[in-house]
Amino acid sequence: MAIFLNKDSKVIVQGMTGATGMKHTKLMLGDGTNIVGGVNPRKAGTEVDFDGTSVPVFGSVKEAMEKTGANVSVLFVPPAFSKAAVVEAIDAEIPLAVVITEGIAVHDSAAFWAYAKAKGNKTRIIGPNCPGLITPGQSNAGIIPGDITKPGRIGLVSKSGTLTYQMMYELRDIGFSSAVGIGGDPVIGTTHIDALEAFEADPDTDLIVMIGEIGGDAEERAADYIKANVTKPVVGYVAGFTAPEGKTMGHAGAIVSGSSGTAQAKKEALEAAGVKVGKTPTETAELARELLAG
Amino acid sequence: MDLFEYQARDLFAKHGVPVLAGEVIDTPEAAREATERLGGKSVVKAQVKVGGRGKAGGVKLAATPDEAVARATDILGMDIKGHTVHKVMIAETAPEILEEYYVSYLLDRTNRTFLAMASVQGGMDIEEVAEKTPEALAKVPVDSNEGVTIEKAREIVAQAKFPEAVAEKVAEVMVTLWDTFVAEDALLVEVNPLAKVASGDILALDGKVSLDANAEFRQPEHEALEDKAAANPLEAAAKAKGLNYVKLDGQVGIIGNGAGLVMSTLDVVAYAGEKHSGVKPANFLDIGGGASAEVMANGLEIILGDPDVKSVFVNVFGGITACDEVANGIVQALELLKSKGEDVNKPLVVRLDGNNAELGRKILSDANHPLVQRVDTMDGAADKAAELAAAK
Repeated sequence: MAIFLNKDSKVIVQGMTGATGMKHTKLMLGDGTNIVGGVNPRKAGTEVDFDGTSVPVFGSVKEAMEKTGANVSVLFVPPAFSKAAVVEAIDAEIPLAVVITEGIAVHDSAAFWAYAKAKGNKTRIIGPNCPGLITPGQSNAGIIPGDITKPGRIGLVSKSGTLTYQMMYELRDIGFSSAVGIGGDPVIGTTHIDALEAFEADPDTDLIVMIGEIGGDAEERAADYIKANVTKPVVGYVAGFTAPEGKTMGHAGAIVSGSSGTAQAKKEALEAAGVKVGKTPTETAELARELLAG
Repeated sequence: MDLFEYQARDLFAKHGVPVLAGEVIDTPEAAREATERLGGKSVVKAQVKVGGRGKAGGVKLAATPDEAVARATDILGMDIKGHTVHKVMIAETAPEILEEYYVSYLLDRTNRTFLAMASVQGGMDIEEVAEKTPEALAKVPVDSNEGVTIEKAREIVAQAKFPEAVAEKVAEVMVTLWDTFVAEDALLVEVNPLAKVASGDILALDGKVSLDANAEFRQPEHEALEDKAAANPLEAAAKAKGLNYVKLDGQVGIIGNGAGLVMSTLDVVAYAGEKHSGVKPANFLDIGGGASAEVMANGLEIILGDPDVKSVFVNVFGGITACDEVANGIVQALELLKSKGEDVNKPLVVRLDGNNAELGRKILSDANHPLVQRVDTMDGAADKAAELAAAK
């Protein structure tokens, strides 16, 4: 089962023929992802060889979907062209668009989110500025290393890429159903709540690890959601306790403004919802381990 | 990036938001000519990126050019809530103010949309208005793809219950302010107060603008708006090298890969520091996924150049990047710095995990650099780095 992505997912890559797209398409193929095409209007009709696997290039997302039945697009399109590429994916009504690109202007991400909404949210957007998602042993849509861990029964949702990897590594002996990096930008498509909802409904997931960081109030809202809707155990981690006010910490969305967006407030909200929150990633992994051991 | 008032004024003027004349100066003597150009009287306004400057004595009327020089002399160099005044704006004196309003556009992260805010209770802190009389602050979502047409602006103005006599004029301002918000890739444009003056005109008398750093690729003029004088020299040097660095006030220098992991590293170090004389992280530095020898050397150079740093913690999780490459990067970086004549004399604690960690650890062990210690867990390495910083 897993969430959002499985062995039957047919994946296309927008921006496949760029350097980053090439590198990660090769890695995704190596993880067993069923990549059925790339999209680049200027190279439509050609094929790209990845260690013996030939991947056709299509002129548009729509064409790629019609010819291959693709249902997932991973985007490695540079920031200046990302809005148009996401809008194209939305117009084609592809069920899932994973936007890896970092550095997209907020006016662009707000515009494609508003557009997706106006079109009835037929396309689930993950990201931008995210590592994508992986269902170990089945499919990998993004840049999460496929060899950290194996299939298992933990679901992971995180704003941060490297903390996703760290947590998967800490719990590599148990394994993961799916791990979803939702991204650290101020405007993102899929939220903690969306992933929590999906993990709650996923029979392959026994426990959920949720990683948040400073900025916005997504963690606080996730805490409310957990309290009302999640029956599975949830373990949390929040990064950024030492971040000073008004300074952006790497991720465009990771900023404490006045008294809002602090790590302390997020931790307290999660704890009030019954979530066990670790002080360090390692301690968080231990909490998950203890809960799973019962 | 938050702008100064004078920069906000310039952007407002560029997009048709009605403002008063004004120019920025940084010497008292320049206040004379600037005031003469305004017809002999002016308002001298401290340029600081913090509220409450009026109460702090940072805004003064000058009835003559000489008085403007005297007021500029008082205000330049003044400290307002920890911000030193380096520039003042010499502004046209406002006609008699009859009413003060508030208007803004900003990103509403929670609802993933833009938001118009407007109130007839302007002139004071809007957070106070929002708290004490929330009904007096209209909040209207704005769809990014629809924008603010005059019809939408009228809707905003109606919701905020602006008096009929000014409603249409304020609506027109709301359209030009939206133009500013979009054209400049702003995250916030705020006018407070938006004033109705004796002539019946509507004027933006003070404003705030915050710009999106991610939009720099299509906003080439924004770079010139950066306050380079106020930037921390280490932050400026890091920026010049393309590094994502934030100076903090602790003693343990931090290098890591990935924003989330580095933020977490700061916390883990601060947590470990509680046991070691309260040492804290000295900086945030994310060297990103690549972590080549050159990037590592650039990062180390910045951190070792920070006199507050007593020890350095390099915390890398090899995802796509292999740890052996990172280990080679560290070894080469130390050699590179030495060959450049840098005095490398602070202990480094290195934690490598993930892809090819064993190989990376072996490279560090084989290099046997006197300053480098390997600790293989994040919590353990943070503890060691804190201990070393506390011992110095």
